[in-house]
Amino acid sequence: MRGYNKLIFELSKEGRNAFSLPENDVGRTPLEDMLPAHLLTKEEVELPEVSEVDVVRHYTLLSKKNYGLDTGFYPLGSCTMKYNPKINEDMSSLDCFANLHPYQPEDTVQGALALMYDLDYMLSEISGMSRVSLQPAAGAHGEMVGLMIIKAYHKKRGDNKRTKIIVPDSAHGTNPASAAMVGFDIIEIKSTKDGAVDMEDLKAALSDEVAGLMLTNPSTLGLFEKNIKEIADLVHEAGGLLYYDGANMNAIMGISRPGDMGFDVIHYNLHKTFSTPHGGGGPGAGPVGVKEHLVEFLPVPMIEKSGDRYFLDYDKPYSIGKIKSFYGHFGVMVRAYTYILAMGAEGLKDASRKAVLNANYMMARLKEYYKLPIDEICQHEFVLGGLKDGTDEVTTLDIAKRLIDYGYHPPTIYFPLIVHEAIMVEPTETESRETLDEFIDAMIRIAEEAKENPQVLKEAPHNTPVRRIDEVLAARKPVLKWQND
Amino acid sequence: MVTVGGLYYSKDHEWVKVDGKKALIGITDYAQNALGEIVYVELPDMGTEYKAGDVFCVIESVKAAADSFTPVSGKVVEVNEELEDSPQLLNEGPYDNWIVAIEMDDSSELENLMDEQAYKMFCEKEE
Amino acid sequence: MHRYIPNTDADAKAMLDVIGIKSMDQLFQGIPDDLILKRALKLDSGISELEIERKMKELGKKNRSTDDLVCFLGAGAYDHYIPSIIKHLAKRSEFYTAYTPYQPEISQGTLQAIFEYQTMICNLTGMDVSNASLYDGATACAEAAIMAVDSTRRNTVLVSETMHPETRQVLKSYMHSREINIAEIPMADGVTDPEMLKKLIDADSAAVIVQSPNFFGIVEDLTEIEKITHGNRSLLVSSVDPISLAILKKPAEYGVDIAVGDAQVLGNNLNYGGPYIGFMAATSKLMRKMPGRMVGQSLDVDGRRAFVLTLQAREQHIRRYKATSNICSNQSLNALIASIYMVTMGKKGLREVALQITEKAYYAAGRLTAGGKYKLAFDQPFFREFALIGPKDADLINRELLANNILGGYNLNKEYGIENGVLLCVTEKRTKQEIDQLTDLMEVI
Repeated sequence: MRGYNKLIFELSKEGRNAFSLPENDVGRTPLEDMLPAHLLTKEEVELPEVSEVDVVRHYTLLSKKNYGLDTGFYPLGSCTMKYNPKINEDMSSLDCFANLHPYQPEDTVQGALALMYDLDYMLSEISGMSRVSLQPAAGAHGEMVGLMIIKAYHKKRGDNKRTKIIVPDSAHGTNPASAAMVGFDIIEIKSTKDGAVDMEDLKAALSDEVAGLMLTNPSTLGLFEKNIKEIADLVHEAGGLLYYDGANMNAIMGISRPGDMGFDVIHYNLHKTFSTPHGGGGPGAGPVGVKEHLVEFLPVPMIEKSGDRYFLDYDKPYSIGKIKSFYGHFGVMVRAYTYILAMGAEGLKDASRKAVLNANYMMARLKEYYKLPIDEICQHEFVLGGLKDGTDEVTTLDIAKRLIDYGYHPPTIYFPLIVHEAIMVEPTETESRETLDEFIDAMIRIAEEAKENPQVLKEAPHNTPVRRIDEVLAARKPVLKWQND
Repeated sequence: MVTVGGLYYSKDHEWVKVDGKKALIGITDYAQNALGEIVYVELPDMGTEYKAGDVFCVIESVKAAADSFTPVSGKVVEVNEELEDSPQLLNEGPYDNWIVAIEMDDSSELENLMDEQAYKMFCEKEE
Repeated sequence: MHRYIPNTDADAKAMLDVIGIKSMDQLFQGIPDDLILKRALKLDSGISELEIERKMKELGKKNRSTDDLVCFLGAGAYDHYIPSIIKHLAKRSEFYTAYTPYQPEISQGTLQAIFEYQTMICNLTGMDVSNASLYDGATACAEAAIMAVDSTRRNTVLVSETMHPETRQVLKSYMHSREINIAEIPMADGVTDPEMLKKLIDADSAAVIVQSPNFFGIVEDLTEIEKITHGNRSLLVSSVDPISLAILKKPAEYGVDIAVGDAQVLGNNLNYGGPYIGFMAATSKLMRKMPGRMVGQSLDVDGRRAFVLTLQAREQHIRRYKATSNICSNQSLNALIASIYMVTMGKKGLREVALQITEKAYYAAGRLTAGGKYKLAFDQPFFREFALIGPKDADLINRELLANNILGGYNLNKEYGIENGVLLCVTEKRTKQEIDQLTDLMEVI
């Protein structure tokens, strides 16, 4: 089955099936006797007809064309691809968590509610916030919710002029997109060379029209914002609020807390910092934490406790309302909760310390071969700027693709936008020194290849199920579904 | 970088070719080169009225999307529908393929634009 | 040493030497001292796997799952049969431990699975294009509303009262913050009232949003609504149930512009409300206005068929504040599950599920109303769910049912003020015996 290249539709053969259902024990009734004909479809649904073995082989063979964390090292900057513990999967699959209906009476889900209540506390303690809503589905969703809360706060105070959000140019694209989603205008401010907030630019941007500032700390360049307290004071004095993008939280657990830095709102990424799997692009979870003065605006319902009993509280008149069906990605919460139980206070702190250690170690070894725009102690990630004595011929993309030949998932590339030919490396704490060394050796070997035989980089990867793909063709003539022709 | 004589140029790298009251608008060689391989051109609707400086079209490459600004005010009287299926024409011949024709409200706006020489110098500074 | 953190103190020491610093604390010298947390986090110490299992099972004992209870509860989350192979395939770690497929050469598994998912969603709905999925049905609906506002340049959306209450609430939160107006189209006899729609619709109406089968399980006829909507040059957004589409008229057959819905029913566990999966499919005209990821087919340098994320210029990482949405993720793993479900059931199986649901729901409704104690709240055709009005409040009835290990229906008094109203759900998992037991119990309450 090498070189398997079939779509499931191409396996389909009339009469085959993979499903198994009991006979209908209430007896058969002609459909038209139940539903009027004009409501029924005239067409059959085109779904494949395959046997169970076909399905199993198809998806197993597809899975082999994927690179996952369990396959190898995944040093993706800003993505925190840490190991996803197996016990997390086991716990979330337990019948007593996986098979609960969201509208069951509260008395029958006290365990689930207790878990969510505890997770709210744990996340609040880690970030120094007062309360956390677990409802947002992902980081970007959390950003949107956080900004809705900021909007609601100003509105309640009758401060209706505040229509602008300040976002540094080093921010993730989601920051401005989320602000736009909530109807804010964006003021983009410059970053200094080392990725910090340009204080003069910030001061110039602040006014009574500013609702808040969104910040990632450590920044996308992997550096702690030294002026954070001054920034917080400036924004607060101008009447704005401070939003913490939790993408880079893996650097600071048990070491420093956004709440203590002066942030009012934060979103977490359970799929980054708290080890829940990325699932090939989702589901994640993006809980939102706030300080006391914003608790009343959190989405409904909140999980509350009265005596020994947990309940869903919808009675919050200033809440921004519901932002998702039900209570959020409960299955993801179970995994994150399991992880925090496994790590404990000391474990989380050690995770952040080792994540930062790993990043600095890699940076120290790689800077001889690759440009390092900012050469100082970094936090959990660092950004290289292409080959140290490279020519324009070999690009960051070529280096990334060549890493695939060496068996690695490439780092994040061409982000942040403010670094030319950026290669953003985040090793996380779950990688051993040996793994880091092997990766570094591959990077060094690639730097040599770039001089000796650049063509081998230009044509990389060589041994993957498919090689470089024509993205222009895909975008010019979009083929977004299979059609039988 | 290629430029063509007899056109007006904007700082946002659009060119204007005047034909009576009608202004044909396209993007320059510099612009198409910066964008890379163009995969889609979002054309405006016929009859839309624009003020100079408004976004009249979005041009997409695989990894970027760029707004194009109309250098003159007026009403869209023609759109180059060929670009819908063949956006690459803007790469292949940026000066042969206009995007829209606008009926100008005020031809004196052309005075704010550059001629070929001035645009060449402007681009050298941009580099 | 923690089991998830391999580097020992000895490793750390050697690594600090390479870095050229003396202590771990120096790594954090960039953080102002007054921001360094001087105490331990107030969390318990880490525990072993055995202890974790014990604790979690202890918590789990305070839950009663749909494995212990016979579930007649639906209202947006459904207890369907999940084929065994789903967990075996979706739990392959090459799928679930992968990141977003930004490196297509080593992500063909995820990319092809999404491409196949998009194809099947198009086939189910009859629409031209599908994205790679959104968070859930409710947020998919909100995204569709925004899409309609952006493409019509109008600023009001009309949503039917028969739309799931949670979806309407989510719509409201999204629309309010964006200052888009939202109005509700009242219902008449359990369905969207076309007369009211005619009164409400005007030049500012970007979209008309309806659900079928609606919250009461009623299959709505969209023929007239479509005429009114398109007569006004508004877009028609319809929220649909994917299983029902094996037998019911497809959104495309009605002329819908954007079809959305929740695909939890396609093989995803109930999970106490999430993660589920929102789907969205639209006409090709709206392709470039769609939010979220899309996978397209292309060729690699050797001319082989290959899949890749495409039309990315719509998305936040490129267009930033001008993106069609801020969404970056999709529910990739849930979409994979939905795909495996659709493939496993196939053309015949999905139809069989839909038929059994209809037959069993009609059987249950027939039995429950036969005694005269309960009557149907609406005289309308339905799928999977039906609304009853009985002699007592649903909470009272449900308490009795629970004592008999039955999870009763959704209380319709809360959101719709239907006194003694209850919404019951019957999936293919329910047996005749279970339905008969429900009937017997409800008769004597």
